[in-house]
Parts: sequence; structure tokens; C-alpha cells
Amino acid sequence: MTEYNFAYLDEQTKRMIRRAILKGLAIPGYQVPFASREMPMPYGWGTGGVQVSAAVLTPKDTFKVIDQGADDTTNAVSIRTFFQRTAGVATTTTTSDATVIQTRHRIPEEPLHEGQILVYQVPIPEPLRFLEPRESETRKMHSLEEYGLMHVKLYEDISRHGHIATSYAYPVKVEGRYVMDPSPIPKFDNPKLGDMAAIQLFGAGREQRIYALPPYTQVVSLDFEDHPFEASKADHPCGMCGATDSYLDELIIDDAGGRMFVCSDTDYCEVRQAAGHKRKDAA
Amino acid sequence: MTPLLSVQGITKRYGTHIGCADVSFDLYPGEVMGIVGESGSGKSTLLNCMAGHLTPDAGQVVFDTRTDGPHDTITMSEPERRMLGRTDWAFVHQHARDGLRIGVSAGGNVGERLMAVGERNYGDIREKATDWLGRVEIDASRVDDRPTTFSGGMQQRLQIARNLVTGPRLVFMDEPTGGLDVSVQARLLDLLRGLVRDMGLSAIIVTHDLAVVRLLADRLMVMKTGRVVEAGLTDQVLDDPQHAYSQLLVSSVLQV
Repeated sequence: MTEYNFAYLDEQTKRMIRRAILKGLAIPGYQVPFASREMPMPYGWGTGGVQVSAAVLTPKDTFKVIDQGADDTTNAVSIRTFFQRTAGVATTTTTSDATVIQTRHRIPEEPLHEGQILVYQVPIPEPLRFLEPRESETRKMHSLEEYGLMHVKLYEDISRHGHIATSYAYPVKVEGRYVMDPSPIPKFDNPKLGDMAAIQLFGAGREQRIYALPPYTQVVSLDFEDHPFEASKADHPCGMCGATDSYLDELIIDDAGGRMFVCSDTDYCEVRQAAGHKRKDAA
Repeated sequence: MTPLLSVQGITKRYGTHIGCADVSFDLYPGEVMGIVGESGSGKSTLLNCMAGHLTPDAGQVVFDTRTDGPHDTITMSEPERRMLGRTDWAFVHQHARDGLRIGVSAGGNVGERLMAVGERNYGDIREKATDWLGRVEIDASRVDDRPTTFSGGMQQRLQIARNLVTGPRLVFMDEPTGGLDVSVQARLLDLLRGLVRDMGLSAIIVTHDLAVVRLLADRLMVMKTGRVVEAGLTDQVLDDPQHAYSQLLVSSVLQV
């Protein structure tokens, strides 16, 4: 513990990041540039999320990390251990006990409550990036609210697949103003973004951007009148806890085509199993 | 009658070098103006200044907007100018690739301007896109193909469809037939002439090809080293050029 400042980053850096966070909260959905630091992990492993977490953590916090919904995958374990060592904060895998939750690609199934902070790891914060490669131009498009291009992407989806095939990183409009990339969460999670009781912070380390959604913000998924947004998931119950309302991962279980669907949110699944829910039949 | 576009004293310098100097003219609704001259005579600079792609060092470009009447587009705010660029104006680039989204299907290309002005019904957008492909003689079955699979002439026609779909009143064209072979050029000109006449468009066409202006333009300006050396009715200028440079230009055309 003595080798590191609390939560690894020095106080000046955390202050700089908090400033960016406050600005982001003041302008929901707006990408605030910040001086991202080198972290002791590669880009793409959540350097943005880690910096945001470091800036918001206090010694009294309880910290949880999920990676694709799971508490026990490499990314989740390494980041949780990182803050255990550098901040000495309590950690948990229980969603409701945590005060700060860092997440990669999922929103927990259990509704979050006031006082919690959800920190997203963001690979590419610019929703218009693959349509317009020039940063100067995308910034101008955001400032002038020129979002027609975002619908061109959805149009292309429908013309090619017959429906909107974008299934993750589904673009949303925040408070009728900024179009935002919700990070690569499945579109099943999109409805949870809006009107959430917890604070949502998004950190992109390599791209040096922070953006945020304050509690109870209006978030609308973009769509067409005749092709409305639809939150989709695999049409199965969970193979372990039998849940029909949670987002599922598909697992290949043998080399004879056997597969099963299980909750991607491990905490949700375990709580349900402990409460006696079991799968109804073999998958 | 109010001119649709009134250009006064447009000057653009690149350092000490003159792009175009002191160009003034009026364009009335339904009129097609041709700008001819050799390479480097400043015609593209002038066009880009008028279309808002470049900021001129001096002068005014007054456009008769639908809502507020005549407005100087150089001093108007950028959102307003960009809105004009999506609605009342159209810009046809010489190279279709500059004006198209090359990774997006033909239908998406045509639909982009519709979506940019707030159209949110997929069925309607697609119907309009298909209709416009038909108008520029592209088969409706190609609506989901990318422009990379199109020939040069088709790409150029697609670019025109994409620009005209929102019913603009003024079209800027920069060498619309450049780089196309003569038979494709002839068809494209025929198509353009039809569209301009049917939709009552006003257009400013920059070209070095005198045949293009002969066919399309009502009036003509001849530019040399950034200045307008002669202006008048197209037939008048081409049949009886007064300025030495216009005479040279007209006499340089190969007769087959």
C-alpha cells in the first residue's frame, strides 16, 4: 500500500479526470477530452475505465468489476486485484453491495440504485467514427447536431439484412441532443441506460475521452418509424438458473454441436441459483 | 425579380497569388451559368467560394433563401450555411468519389440527404431513392449495390441523384463530365439538361469543355488568371468572341 498513492494515480491527475467527469455530467453525452495516462495494462484492457474508477474511488467504496457480465474472467479479476492492491478498497461480486462498478460490455441485470456509479470501458467513443473518419468533421457534426449520417448506417443495415442488425454499441440520443456510443454493450441493455438511478461514466483511455450520463437521463435508441428499435436476446431460458429475462451467452460444450445458453451476468445467475431456481430442462 | 444568387466582388488570394479577383454576377431562377477557362484560371476557386467550401478574402455571395429572403452566405452562421448545403444547394464534384460515400449502398447514398433533413421512415426513404435512381437511368435492382461496383458514368449519375433528391434550387457543378468518355458524356449531358429544365433548377457549371456549356448554359463567363475577361449569352460569346483569350479558346476546339 505505501508504494502507491491511493488508487494508483497521483492526486493532480485524479483532479484533472474529475474535472472532465464533472463537465461530462453537466453536458450529458458530450465527449470531454482528457489527458489520458499510461496505465500498467495495455490499451483495450480498460485503461479508460480504470482511470475513471481511480478518480471516483474513495477509501470507503466497495468495488466490483465485470467483464461481459462475469466477475471471474481475466479482465475483471486483474482490475479488481489492481484496485485491491493500489487502493485497498473492499471488493465484492454482489451488484447491490457495490458502490462503484466498473464494467466491460454489460449493464448488470439487477437494477442499480441511487448512490452507485457505473463505469464503462469504451474502446471507440465516437459513434460516427466508421462513417466519417475525420475527427474535425465529427466534432463539427456533434456541435451542429448533424446526425443524418447515423441513420445512414441503420439504413444500410436494413437494406442488407432486412432489419437493424447492429446488435451492440447501438447508437443512442441523449436528452434530445448528443448522439452517443453506449460502448459495446448489447442492445438488450440499451433500455437500461435511460432513466437509471445510478451515475454512468464512460472512459476511453486510448482515445482520451470521457463522457457521462447523470442519473435519470433520457436516452433514446435511434431507429426508423417503420423499423423500431428492439432490444433482443437469445430466445432461450438460462441453462443454469432458468431465467428468461436476462441476457444470455451461448457456450459450446462439446465437439458434437452441443451448446447451452447461460446468463452473462454471473452474479445474477448465482443469486438466482442460491434462491433455488434451477433450469427447467437440459439445454 | 430578385436574383437567386448575387455575387459581388469575390476575391480569393492564396498568399500573393490570385485565385480569383473581383468577380461579380447575378443568377436568376431557372438560369444556367457556365464558367469556362483554362486550368488554373480560378474557376474552381470561384465555385468553391460561392458554395461555401472556401472563404473568400472579399466580396459577397447573396442567396435568396426560402424563408428569410436574400442573405449573404459568407457572413451567415455555419449551421445555416451547412443547412443550405443540405437542402437548397447541391454540389456535383468532378470525381464522383469525392461526392459519394463509397462504402455505402446506392440507396443509402441517395437517402443520406433525406435523413439529414429529418426523414425517419425507411420505406419512404427507400422509395424516393429508388425513384431517383430511375430518373438518372440506374436500374432499380442496383439500389443495394455499392458505388464501387458502378462504372464511372453511373457513379456520376448516382452523385447527381444524391444531390437532387431534396429538390435543391441551385446546383454547383465542377466539371461534371470530366473523365468520362464522349458517349457517356453525351448521355449525361442529355440527362442533366432534362433535369435542369424539368425541375427549373438554377445551376453554375464550371468546365473547360465548351461543348458542355453550349448545350447546358444560358450565359457564359470566360475566366483567365483569376479574372472574368468576357461574359454574355452563351451563343453570343461562343459564336462571336470579343476578347483575345475567348477567341483563342473557341478556336482551340478540335473539329472532327
